[in-house]
Amino acid sequence: MTNYSAAPDERGLFGIFGGRYVAETLMPLILELGKAYEQAKEDPEFQKELAYFQRDYVGRPSPLYFAERLTEHLGGAKIYLKREELNHTGAHKINNCIGQILLARRMGKKRIIAETGAGMHGVATATVAARFGLQCVVYMGTTDIERQQANVFRMKLLGAEVIPVKAGTGTLKDAMNEALRDWVTNVDNTFYLIGTVAGPHPFPAMVRDFQSVIGRETRAQLQEQEGRLPDSLVACIGGGSNAMGLYHEFLDDPSVNIIGVEAAGLGVETGKHAASLLGGAPGVLHGNKTYLLQDEDGQIKDAHSISAGLDYPGVGPEHAWLHDTGRVEYTAITDDEALEAFQLLCRLEGIIPALETSHALAEVIKRAPSLAKDHLMVVNLSGRGDKDMQTVMHYLGAQGEQS
Amino acid sequence: MSRIEACFAQLKQQNRAALVTFVTSGDPNYSSAMQIFKGLPDAGADVIELGMPFTDPMADGPAIQLANQRALKNGHTLRKTLQMVREFRQDNQSTPVVLMGYFNPIHHYGVDNFVRDAHEVGVDGLIVVDVPPEHNEELCEPAQAAGIDFIRLTTPTTDDQRLPKVLNNSSGFIYYVSVAGITGGATASLEHVEEAVARLRRHSDLPVCIGFGIRTPEHAANVARLAEGVVVGSALVDKINQAATPEQAVADVLAQCREISAGVRGARV
Repeated sequence: MTNYSAAPDERGLFGIFGGRYVAETLMPLILELGKAYEQAKEDPEFQKELAYFQRDYVGRPSPLYFAERLTEHLGGAKIYLKREELNHTGAHKINNCIGQILLARRMGKKRIIAETGAGMHGVATATVAARFGLQCVVYMGTTDIERQQANVFRMKLLGAEVIPVKAGTGTLKDAMNEALRDWVTNVDNTFYLIGTVAGPHPFPAMVRDFQSVIGRETRAQLQEQEGRLPDSLVACIGGGSNAMGLYHEFLDDPSVNIIGVEAAGLGVETGKHAASLLGGAPGVLHGNKTYLLQDEDGQIKDAHSISAGLDYPGVGPEHAWLHDTGRVEYTAITDDEALEAFQLLCRLEGIIPALETSHALAEVIKRAPSLAKDHLMVVNLSGRGDKDMQTVMHYLGAQGEQS
Repeated sequence: MSRIEACFAQLKQQNRAALVTFVTSGDPNYSSAMQIFKGLPDAGADVIELGMPFTDPMADGPAIQLANQRALKNGHTLRKTLQMVREFRQDNQSTPVVLMGYFNPIHHYGVDNFVRDAHEVGVDGLIVVDVPPEHNEELCEPAQAAGIDFIRLTTPTTDDQRLPKVLNNSSGFIYYVSVAGITGGATASLEHVEEAVARLRRHSDLPVCIGFGIRTPEHAANVARLAEGVVVGSALVDKINQAATPEQAVADVLAQCREISAGVRGARV
């Protein structure tokens, strides 16, 4: 049996995926970062410091909440929500940011750069940079700036410089290119705080490790509430960090069914989507080999999703591997389905989820009714939807009422 | 002897450095790019690096990013890049041609098919920015097995401990990226270049070509005194960015090449 939780290997490979596909200027930095992270991981002082900030600054553990009315409404599986949206800054992103900023500080780096799509990672990065008094520069596509203005303002309030990226379609992929260009130019003092389980090794493994507190807590909390393992896990996938955070703890528990939900945009068949695993092919971008949306010439295609956080033409390499090995089942949810799920959770549970998270919820709505009432399903409620008000108002025509 | 070896051997006899020019394949369009490509040797280019356009040129500055976008917008593909080399070789058998770019289009084309086709049309070398020696088996080894030189980028961050790993398996020439950064950005000091060349010579007998931030004939001449080759890219591509018409782009790129070539040729006299 494959030992899933032991991956990646020392070259940063998950099967054939992952690796370190970067320009030579960055290679020595990547190798140094890998060493620094390995040392930090083994250092009890680092772990102690991380645990302290997770508890008193982020607000962990996040609750594992039984969604009673959603469960009743769907009439099948018993649904638990892992409340990552209650973390400081409103999403799972800060779990990773707090870990990486402690590492950056340990490495003596003074300047933090990040890319952001929906702005949640940008906000989380600006937040921890403020907390530790480090300079912070966030790259954000112009399209994303337009649809996430509140987050742009938050980043600025927190003292970060937000640099608009016009190239390409002005979304996450372009922001990541620009962040890499910054890094290669400012190698001496800069730490690139990547927001998802992608990029060159060690980022996919490191970000996953920092996020895997989600799954560890879930295991303990469900054990306490139900006395057993979950039957299924559901999470949305853009780059896939909230999903890996939930999954990692359970990869070697074969009884746990794991489901990842990509963004189908207008529908995978329309070509207007962000489903790299279901609608892409293996390739190399942003430092790793993974599934990518690309054309017949190997040019990267633009992703499309209502949710800026899923609007990325790639996916973390570990997901690519889990897809190929079949350990995780990947599906996709359209913009419209996500919007419906968004509204349903607002009305049934009094929780406004992020549009990203709404993709996972839409999959739950599809699956839960046909499952047994003792089926335990855990959904990663990865973020809250406050940032999405403008987008949702636009789609729902501002009436905010069920049509 | 490969075209690259023959080229550097001949230049050594003439006691002058190579002018290595970079332009993006298909920029601003196929026919104008073909005119530039065919005109470069007469305008003084000794080695031609032809960029393979990619949507996400992460190591490139604004000038070459725009070049990539123009080429792709006009429907350029990797197949068309190979077609350009095939056409070029109909009347030029001596000027080395090196394809430069990013891995994904090659990966999608299929590495084995690509190196076979590239060799067949007359490509001499390959520079692929995002395949470090850690992934040699993916592209470097198949390329060399197909008879194509795999040219390594070395940078100010490549220290003595790492250099052997980077240079092992490199062939053709060594491309020294003289500043940590993107193309078309900052310029290295001549002291830095001199030290870097000395350091590289301790590790390799391959010719060393210096690139990044070289824009003027004077600067090219200064670098030409220190190394076997001078790489000029953004300064040429900028001419295409600034041109009002494709015809003007062709004329201006070749004129710029002639000027820089005069600097390189006059450097050691």
